[in-house]
Amino acid sequence: MAKHKDIIYGLYNDEEDLLRAVKQAKADHLEIMDVYTPFPIHGLDPILGLSESRLHIAGFIYGSIGTLTAFLGMSWIFTKDWPQIYGGKPHWPVPAFIPITFELTVLFAAIGMVVTFYVVNGLGPGVVNPTIDLRITDDKFCICFDKSEVDASAVESFLRSSGAAEINSKTI
Amino acid sequence: MSHYVSDIREPLIRGHKSYHDITEDLVSPTEKTPGFGWIVGFIISLSLLGFGLFCIAWTVWHGIGTWNLNRTIGWGWDITNFVWWIGIGHAGTLISAILLLFRQKWRTGVNRAAEAMTIFAVICAALFPGIHVGRAWVVFYFFPYPNTRGPLWPNFNSPLLWDLFAISTYFTVSLLFWYTGLVPDFATVRDRATGLRRKIYNFLSFGWTGSAKHWQRWESLSLILAGIATPLVLSVHTIVSFDFATSIIPGWHTTIFPPYFVAGAIFSGFAMVLTLMIITRKLLHLEDYITIAHVESMNKVILVTGTIVGVAYLTELFIAWYSGYVYEQFAFFNRAAGPYWWSYFGMMFCNVVSPQFFWKRSWRRNIAFTFFLSIVINIGMWFERFVIIATTLARDYLPSSWSYYSPSWVEMGIFAGTIGLFFTLYLLFTRVAPVVAIAEVKSILKSAGDQYTGPNKIHHGHDHGSESHGHEDHSVHSTDHDNDSHS
Repeated sequence: MAKHKDIIYGLYNDEEDLLRAVKQAKADHLEIMDVYTPFPIHGLDPILGLSESRLHIAGFIYGSIGTLTAFLGMSWIFTKDWPQIYGGKPHWPVPAFIPITFELTVLFAAIGMVVTFYVVNGLGPGVVNPTIDLRITDDKFCICFDKSEVDASAVESFLRSSGAAEINSKTI
Repeated sequence: MSHYVSDIREPLIRGHKSYHDITEDLVSPTEKTPGFGWIVGFIISLSLLGFGLFCIAWTVWHGIGTWNLNRTIGWGWDITNFVWWIGIGHAGTLISAILLLFRQKWRTGVNRAAEAMTIFAVICAALFPGIHVGRAWVVFYFFPYPNTRGPLWPNFNSPLLWDLFAISTYFTVSLLFWYTGLVPDFATVRDRATGLRRKIYNFLSFGWTGSAKHWQRWESLSLILAGIATPLVLSVHTIVSFDFATSIIPGWHTTIFPPYFVAGAIFSGFAMVLTLMIITRKLLHLEDYITIAHVESMNKVILVTGTIVGVAYLTELFIAWYSGYVYEQFAFFNRAAGPYWWSYFGMMFCNVVSPQFFWKRSWRRNIAFTFFLSIVINIGMWFERFVIIATTLARDYLPSSWSYYSPSWVEMGIFAGTIGLFFTLYLLFTRVAPVVAIAEVKSILKSAGDQYTGPNKIHHGHDHGSESHGHEDHSVHSTDHDNDSHS
């Protein structure tokens, strides 16, 4: 991280406490920096106001590129670059292209989406992200606030009233 | 979110586990020194792999003549093993992708290991086409790339080339899917580790943080990968069956091959998953996560797919008779009564008769019996591929070309080597990664843990035991935190 951030965060013991707390924070108009959980919590995205992921749109585009690459590539090779007769079949045997076209559609979509996933998340080999709390990947559910964006004392009283098991501050 | 779950549903996580218990139980096998059983298994696997590598080197050095293939029988154990291994791989994708789409919660207990199995099985399978072409050093000619030979391209009409694309794609997509699932769990391992181990797992976990947006995208990615892996897995064995079905050999030239191969693949794959998981749950003490309910679910899949395979065998026989085509009729008569009759009856017994035992609930839920039957099915499905390949080729159109085939020591050695390779990779995997998907198991705890559902359910509000666990373990970590904590 180039820029250090002062954060204040609360750790909850259960995802249902976390969901209630996020709802309350939204009602109190507290600007949540991020929520960290050990596993995906269903129902959290709408409360947190996260818009739907657009990864599937990217996947469709990558898949289409794969379809075109395979189909046009094979068509060019068999009709323009080196036309040959195989077993008396026509130069442009469209049904025979279906399997490879399908496979490359899947391949391009999968590779493209996975790469996009890591790039937009800022994750990848060698990336070191600041650790907020080691137990977030174990059994703690964390709501994190950036001290420069919120009133720290209001946040602290909110965290305490919403049932956070621990409240900590640190610089990341 | 604890939505309503019927009490009839069996709990999938036993032992009243808290989230921390799940982490502890599933990560600890990677943190301990390996047990005696692991070391013995690893030495045996590595020895088999070593012998297999020697046999491959022998083949490449002396040529395919070291195998007992002949003018009539051009495909023997090599392609039998190839189809067998590819089939085994299919169960992993079925569990991780198709069962994800169907929202089957029991997949979380076995998906990680099953997907690992897929990847290792595909590696074993891909070995065979690579070496059976003879000149393994120019095997890259398979791939279409601009070259100085014309450029001369491969034949895109050929099912063998489709197969190359199918298997490369299958391997790549399985690997990406598997690794994406592993990233959050590697982060869990990382956050318990120190020193060099922490650095290694930080690298492997790609800097995963557990942010809500990342989880949202992660779920979206998993779902779409599952959505595209589902037709992919069906296409792979379909295309493998095209290797046979598009030929004009009686016994191969049948339209039933694609669905029958796919069902057989899932059938054999589940048998291999059971073989592995029954050993794994015992050695790593994962009985609370891979329960009898999981075993029973898999046995049901075996029963269904085994029955489909049985129906396919009988349909083939019927159609051979009904077609009125003498060559087809002979091919099937020859399978049952020809020189390879023993493999045909082995196949029939292992694949058609043996899964029918699973109609009985108590046998479906018997671990020892399931383990025994899973081995029987693995053998049966190997026989199936051998029957299709060898018996058909041994008796072709010209009686003067009829011959017999049995493998040379080199072919048997290479097969043993792939088994060694498979288990070497699997055993290494159990040391490096959590064999059960930690985050996914945690996400079903509230609906499938035995304190929330089933006969041992506790009626309580918010006490999930997480307060009472793990404070000793965390005392080391808490030095990292600023100390203005409240509770």
